[in-house]
Parts: sequence; structure tokens; C-alpha cells
Amino acid sequence: METFIIQFLNGLVFSMLLFVMAAGLSLIFGQMNVINLSHGAFYLLGGYIGLSMVRQFENFWLSLFLAPLLVAGLGLLIEYFLLRRMYGAHRHLDQVLLTFGLALIAADLIRWNWGAYVESVDPPPQLAGQVAVFDIQFPLYRLSLIGFGLLLALALWLLIGRTRLGAIIRAGVSDAQMVSGLGINIQLVFAGVFALGTALAALAGVIGAPVLNLYPGLDFEILILTLVVVVVGGLGTLKGAFLGSLLIGMADTFGKALWPQFALFFIFAVMAVILLIRPSGLAGLKGT
Amino acid sequence: MSHLRVEGLRKHFGGVAALAGVSFTVESGERRAIIGPNGAGKSTLFNLISGELPPTEGRVYLDDRDITALPVHERANLGLGHTFQRNNLFLGLTVFENVRLAVQHRHKVAPQLFKRAASFTQVNEETRDLLQQLGLLDQADRTASALAYGQQRALEIALALATRPNVLLLDEPTAGMSPAETLEMTRFIESLPRSLTMLIVEHDMDVVFSLADRITVLHYGQVISEGIPREVRADPRVQEIYLGG
Amino acid sequence: MAAMGNVLHTFREWSLRHRKAVLAVLVILTLAYPYVVRSYWLSLAIEVLVFAIFAMSLDLLLGYTGLSSFGHAAFFGLGAYLLAYLTSTSELAWGITDNLLITLPAVMLGTALVAMLIGLFALRTSGIYFLMITLAAAQMLFSIAIRWSSVTGGSDGLVGVPRPVIGIGPLAVTIASREGFYYLVLALFLASWWLLRRIADSPFGWALRGIRENEQRMLALGYNTFRYKMGAFVISGAFAGLAGLLLAHFFWHAAPENLYWTTSGQVLIMVIIGGAGTLNGPILGAALMRLLPNFASSYTDRWQTVMGLVFILFVLFAPQGIIGLLRARRKEGE
Repeated sequence: METFIIQFLNGLVFSMLLFVMAAGLSLIFGQMNVINLSHGAFYLLGGYIGLSMVRQFENFWLSLFLAPLLVAGLGLLIEYFLLRRMYGAHRHLDQVLLTFGLALIAADLIRWNWGAYVESVDPPPQLAGQVAVFDIQFPLYRLSLIGFGLLLALALWLLIGRTRLGAIIRAGVSDAQMVSGLGINIQLVFAGVFALGTALAALAGVIGAPVLNLYPGLDFEILILTLVVVVVGGLGTLKGAFLGSLLIGMADTFGKALWPQFALFFIFAVMAVILLIRPSGLAGLKGT
Repeated sequence: MSHLRVEGLRKHFGGVAALAGVSFTVESGERRAIIGPNGAGKSTLFNLISGELPPTEGRVYLDDRDITALPVHERANLGLGHTFQRNNLFLGLTVFENVRLAVQHRHKVAPQLFKRAASFTQVNEETRDLLQQLGLLDQADRTASALAYGQQRALEIALALATRPNVLLLDEPTAGMSPAETLEMTRFIESLPRSLTMLIVEHDMDVVFSLADRITVLHYGQVISEGIPREVRADPRVQEIYLGG
Repeated sequence: MAAMGNVLHTFREWSLRHRKAVLAVLVILTLAYPYVVRSYWLSLAIEVLVFAIFAMSLDLLLGYTGLSSFGHAAFFGLGAYLLAYLTSTSELAWGITDNLLITLPAVMLGTALVAMLIGLFALRTSGIYFLMITLAAAQMLFSIAIRWSSVTGGSDGLVGVPRPVIGIGPLAVTIASREGFYYLVLALFLASWWLLRRIADSPFGWALRGIRENEQRMLALGYNTFRYKMGAFVISGAFAGLAGLLLAHFFWHAAPENLYWTTSGQVLIMVIIGGAGTLNGPILGAALMRLLPNFASSYTDRWQTVMGLVFILFVLFAPQGIIGLLRARRKEGE
């Protein structure tokens, strides 16, 4: 029973991390119809920048703000100089190819700068140590991660569902031309959404580092899982990202505990089953 | 020779009823025009019959065979051909290659893996003949995207005809055409064999009255009038919706 | 750039006129190649030919059918591992036979079957979903290869793959030398090229192009597009498996890297840079992408970054690849 609760909590932790990633990916896709294959690279970059900052300034909280900001800045540059050249119908594949090329470059440069070994990051001292949950000792940091994830989900839900900006983003999902016809600078919206998406990935990287560590190859591992999450949950919706990350986060954690060699196979099987029953995902937009 | 029957067709999009119960029969060899003001449900009806959309309720019968659950390609293979309102061509391929795709499927040689397509003389000849009929032979080697709009519209019909359907659904065949092109297209459709059952959605009344044997008038997703052109033209309900109340 | 275009143009005109002579020279060069160059260049040529088969197989799927698979390494690596299981002397393998007459059809069949299995799920989706599923499928195979060490040899892969044997009984010949292997790979490359060319120019190949251009219209014409896409998926998977088989023989082992996303990325880059949908373009792309790391790595360790940059430049400015650029140049000249 004890192991079950621990695994369940670990599953929640991983789900929250996946949610932050999936929300970013889904946002970018919903707005620009682009699957950003460098999303995992942004995660890893955020994590490594966080690591360097912690080593430099010995302050985890600083990196929590700065790393996503820096990476978002990079995202803006990429959007402005590279992606923007390829807007327009029939270039969606080219955009995806571009992000793929970026992912290759990023993976190489990251390994060059931070090395090929596994790096671990300590949680901030304020969140170190363990707490009692149902008479079980569980790391405080991981618990706070769950809380953070839920808060972020709420914040994003409010932003997308209740604000004017959110309405613009949702409208952009169905008709970018219409939105710009209403006098809203669609280029700015695209840039902003892309920056937000990459910031979320970097944020996930920073908060995830004490749990998953950092190493070359993690970028792609987390990208694959995020892709599975959005396929299962349904592209373009926040609810889908949330449901999908819960399902996949749990499946991955329990899968690794029960059949370590086949964890990813198990996840793939889950995805296949979901796709057979509901091709547009659990909560996806019809016709995606 | 095939006949088409629809029974109680309804289509709801969310809370909106685009079609609220449409039934009629098109006899073998008949040319039926579907008219009605914008929003009457003509396109929806068209898509329900072609199979591009599933109905919320109701059935579609081809020669008394229930095809309601059949996907588009199976309906096509049963002899139901349709065009698209907005040109839906193979823009990156040449005119010849466009039509050949349809013809090679009809000849059932499409699954052939090892013989070069250029060596199927029957297919190639039939393709050329059809292009000639539609006045597109001199454009045969041009990429479809380079054609003028009217020529693309002609290619649109050529594709549907190339499969030699028994029932042909035409979605606004003269849309966006100049008066001269419209006349040419009307004459061409008129010249098609009488064994071909036709259902034409149209806005241009001149085209409708010169082509149709019978007309079905839609309004707010329902049939409000049906009959031969003379009757429909005289129907006060039809006059009201077209000339205002 | 214009001067180079002129040179190419003149060369092309000249070669067209003296077609037979040029062909004869090319054939002699190709056949004599192993004996006029050093072993480094011989190995390079073998690699290029193997990857050319791999790239052509992806082109059938991506360039002709329009299915963006980002996980083609799945079949490549699978071919390598299947071959390793069949031939290797390692205790992890089955070590049944090293006869190419058996292993070649077996591996291609095996890869084709797995392709059919994956295709049953993946081909129900399209565009972005298909992309993601193929990516995930390849990664799934990779994770099995790396984690299930007791069966797959883990990160070391399956070693002990011998060189192939061709023939039956007393007529069996072991292709032991590198020169001999070169001729084997060359022959299989030419056979693959010929077969794929015929498939591309067949009615089936044109149906694939139709699906790429406008799947909705193909359905309206009566085509069961799922079956055609499945056909393309299976054929391209089988040829990727063939390439993997040859690689495993050449390097004497199958490795998890053969299944990794960077391998899928490499072959994708080869197809795009060479020119998708041309079958010849990917051959060029394969040559470029195998030569580039070899040259670049003598100047910098960051050859993967260089490769990525070159790729991005093509995607941005020349998405039709080298072949596309050449064709555009020719059209301008007309």
C-alpha cells in the first residue's frame, strides 16, 4: 500500500511536469498549427540555465524567473527571424522541419556547453526535506511541485478562458485571418504565444531538474512523452493537455515500476488504444 | 441508369438545423436542380448525398441500396460521382495526370506496381479523349495550378466524369464563370448522355431552367416546392422567397 | 553561382551528346573504384550507398505519398537487429544462418510486417498526428533496445555479425573482403533504385502522388487511400530494413543508435536537402550527409550543428532541395 501511494504521488509529480510541457506545446500548435519539435530542447535548455544560475548565484528562485525569461527571449528571436518567413498555407511541414533542425542544433550545443554527464540539481533549501503524507515520508519539493502544477493549470485556464487575450488566442486557433481582420496584430499574437510556449517548457525544465536530473537525450525523451500526451489528450485544448498528462504521467510512473524494460512500449499501447477509440484524443478539437 | 432517393435527411451542427427533414427521389436519367436562397441547406444536402458529411438522421439510397453508412470512396465506386464547389484539383500535377488518376482507377489498374503508367495505352487514350471533349487537350501538359479559373472548373468536371458515374452530383458548376464560359459549360452539361442521372446545385437561374427536368426548392433546410420548371416558376411560395415578401 | 551554372549546363549538353562514352566511363569508374582508392574512401562509398537505399525508401513515403514520417529509423534499426539475430555468433542471437539468400527476404519481410502493424495505427491519422506517432514508435523501439539488455544487448547492441554468404551448398561464397562487400552493396543499391523507380512511375506510384496532392479528391474518385498509404508504408519500411541489414553486416553489429531519432533526422535531412519526391535527390542527399560529417569533423566537433544549420537553410530557402534548385535553374534557362 505504501509503495502504491508513493508511486501515485510520483505519478502526480510527473503528470504536472508533463502538463506544463503539454500546455506549451498545445498552445503553440493551436495558434500556429506548428508542432514545435524543439520543445524538448527548450526544456533542457531551461533546466541547464537554471543549473548554471544556481551554481553562480546559489538561488533557485532567481533561476525560476530568469531561465524561462531568457529562453522566451530566444523563442522570440526564433519566431521573428526564422518561423515568420514560413507562414502561409502548405508550409506547415516546413515549419516542423525547421524546429527539427533547431532541435538537432540545440542538442549538440547543449552537450558542448554543459557536457555529457548526468547533472543533478538540489531543490531550494526552503523546500528540502520530507513531509508526512498519509503516514509516509515524501519529499516536500515534489509535493510542492504538484501544488505548483495545479496552480499553473488554474492560472492558464483563467488566462485562456476568461481574458480577452485568451479569447484572441482561442479565436486564432480557428481562424487567424478573421482575427487579423478584426484589427488585432496577429503577428504579435503569434510571437507572444510562441514565447509563452517556450517559457513554459523552460519553466518545466527548471522545476523538473531536481526530479529528473539533466543529461543529453532528456530533451528528446521528454519531447516524445509530451507528444504522446497531446496526441492522447487532444491537440489544442488545455483540458486535453491536463487529462493526457495525468493519464500518461501515471502510466509512465507505474509502467517503470512494474515493467522497466517496457515502460515506453506500455505508454505506446495506451496511446494506440486511445487513438482507436477516439481519434481526436480525449478532449481534442474535432477535425484536428 | 441509376436512381437516387433521400429520406428524412436531417443535419444538425451543434444547435443549428441545417437540414430539417428532406426527402425526394431522382429518377433514372432525370436531371434535378436544387435551388434555394443562401443558407437554405443546398451545400449540406449535397455533402450528405456525396458522403462528405454524415447525416444526423435520415437515409440515402442509390438504386434502392442504402448507402447512408458508406464512406465517400465506396459511394464513388458504386457509381456516384461528385464535383466540388471550390476547385478541388491535383494542383501540382498536369491536366493530363489529373484526369489519368481517375481513369486508371476506373480501369482498375491503379494497384499495378511494376509497369510504367505511360505504357497503359487504353488509359492514356481514354484520358486524351475526355480532355478533348472538354476542350482541355491543348492544356494537357500544363500544371493544373497554371490554368485559368474557367479551365480549372472544366477540369473539375472532367475528373468526376472520368470515373463514368451513373449518378453525377454537380456543385455549382458555373460558379465564378463569365457569361460566355457559363454558356459553354451549360451546353456541355446538356450534351452529356441522357443515361447519366444528374443532381445539380445551382444559383444561376438561366442555367437551372435550361438544364433541369425537375426542380427542388429548399428553404431553411426544408423542401418548399418541387416540380417541373414551369410549375416551380409559377409557385407563389417560390416567388416570395426569391422576390421578397 | 552563374558561372557554375554555365559550367554545369555545358557539361550536361556535352554529356548528353556523348552519352554512350560518358556512360561507359562511369561504369568503368564505378567498377574499378575499390581498386583505385584507399580503404577510407571505400568505406565511405559503402556507407553512402547504404544510406542512399535508406533515403530512397523514405522518399517513397515522404516525397511521393506526402506522409511525413519522423521515425523511419525504426525500420532501419529493426532491419539491422533482425539481421543480427539471424546471423550473429553472440549468445544473445539465434545465429541461424549467414546466407543472404535467406536473411535478405527474411529481414525485408520482418520489417514489412512490423511496418504493417505500426501502419494500422499510424495511418488512421494524418499530418501532425502521423508525424508524432511515427516519432513515438521509433523511440519505443529504441527504448526497448536500450533497456532490455538481456535480449538486445542494451547500449552495446548485438555484436558478432559476420560478413554475408551468398549461394547454396558448394556454390556458397563468403563476401569477406571490403571490395567484395562494395560490389554487393552496389548491386543491391542499383536493384533497389531500379525497383523503386518502377514503383514510382507505375499507376500505383501515381496514386501515391495523387494522395500527396489531394487525398480528399482521391477518395471522391473512389480510391481506398488507406490501402495505398499502407502499401507505401510497408514498401518503404522493407527497403529501410534492407539498408539496415547491409549496415549491420558492414559494421559487424546492430546498435541502438540505428533506432535513435538522430538517425531518423539524418535520413530526413538527406531527403529534403537532396529533393523530396525525386528518388535521385535523396541519393545526392545521402552522399552529402555522409561526406559532410567526415569533412566537417576535421575542422570542428560541432558537425551536428553544421548539419542542422545547412538543413535549416535549405528548409527556409530551398525546400525543394538540390534537385529542385537544378530544375528551377534549367527552367530559367529555357
